[in-house]
Amino acid sequence: MVRLAYYPGCSLEATGKEYDTSARAVCQALGIELVELEDWNCCGATSAHSVNNLLALALPARNLALAQKLGLDVVAPCSACYNRLRQAEHALRYDRETRAAIEEAAGFNFLGGVTVLSLLEALVKRIRPGTIADRVVHPLQGLRVACYYGCLLVRPPEVTRFDRPENPVHLDELVAALGAEPVAWRGKTDCCGASHAITSPEVATALVGRLLALAREGGADALVTACPLCQTSLEMRRPAGETMPTFYFTELMGLAFGLPGTRAWFAKHLVDVRPALRVLAQTGS
Amino acid sequence: MAVRGAVALPLDLAWREEVRKASGQPVELCYQCAKCAAGCIVLEHADFTPHQVLRMVALGLRDRVLASRAIWLCSGCLTCTVRCPNGIDIARVMDTLKEMAAANGANGKNPARLFHSMFVDNIRGRGRVNEAVLLGRYELTTGRIWKELGQGLTLLRKGKMPVFTPGVRHRDEVRRIFARVRELGGH
Repeated sequence: MVRLAYYPGCSLEATGKEYDTSARAVCQALGIELVELEDWNCCGATSAHSVNNLLALALPARNLALAQKLGLDVVAPCSACYNRLRQAEHALRYDRETRAAIEEAAGFNFLGGVTVLSLLEALVKRIRPGTIADRVVHPLQGLRVACYYGCLLVRPPEVTRFDRPENPVHLDELVAALGAEPVAWRGKTDCCGASHAITSPEVATALVGRLLALAREGGADALVTACPLCQTSLEMRRPAGETMPTFYFTELMGLAFGLPGTRAWFAKHLVDVRPALRVLAQTGS
Repeated sequence: MAVRGAVALPLDLAWREEVRKASGQPVELCYQCAKCAAGCIVLEHADFTPHQVLRMVALGLRDRVLASRAIWLCSGCLTCTVRCPNGIDIARVMDTLKEMAAANGANGKNPARLFHSMFVDNIRGRGRVNEAVLLGRYELTTGRIWKELGQGLTLLRKGKMPVFTPGVRHRDEVRRIFARVRELGGH
């Protein structure tokens, strides 16, 4: 039994709701116990580090203090939350001067026992794709997906220490374990412009359009991501006429595991996912 | 003799040192290889490339840098940071420049600047961000609400924009973080 502290983050209470429900369902199916951090606060996301560096480290540090009290490693499904929590952990571990400032601002002493994981990392490293493949009842045969890692899962590598920063492969391994076909494509780690989705929608739309075109060029039916900001941006800021959906990897896991919640998750998408999944009906999955 | 078309630039080398210190980055090491620009995803939308911004910092062109659109267009994707052969965390430099621009009042109408400050206000107030409240406030302030109404209603209908979310119970703890950061010379 794997036990982890769970940090959902603000987006998973709203635009990323189906990521939250699918993440919890998949973890339960794999025997991972998620203990939600009691009274967690916002990690500060992109905005806090654009406003003040210390604030951007002290806000996530309060959540590390909560995890430390529980004595559990903490898992964050959202890539942006993961990156901020991990940046705080990294500074607490390796930067003595900043550590003192963070500890004073957040009012706790870091004891070094807590590690921050992304949900993808927790599943790939602590459960392993082989075990995940064993749980599959409906292999996603014929579904061609472009695995989209984005920025904050893999960069900067000295902080995330997960996968290869220019050509990551762990999400590809995971979807292959589900029976789907990860395509080779060029946009794996290019920014989707989610931080501009509200303030410069035209920039976000240009970046989203580019990614969708690259995914299509690779022969994909859909994108798959681990980030609620990317997912929302990719579906909400798509250029007119684009119909390619973006799945959370946990949704595809739920589908392959035969979990009951998938229909409700897919109904929350801004793009109709059914055409992309039609291939599964044809292959009898 | 004056050179035709030449402009005298207000060099401010003390400011370069300020950026260096505040960002903790060796900005003077940039040798203009433009690898950052080659991978920059917002390049075509910006007024300057990342290596141009670094050059302007090296020359002390404070006002031009702080008034640029480029610093706010940096999405913090960290591609330049990872690829810089001189180990300059360029995205960190951009963040420092954003902080300086905000403190100095430059570029006050930039939408990203407004959004980030509203986002942080939202955290200060509730400990967590309520996306409906944050987006509503931003779109109303900028007058974009009508343009975004369709998307907003779709999100509401899909249950992706709950208006009431709990927030943090111990809000005093979050406010204390803000207060201490301010005392320590921050925001």
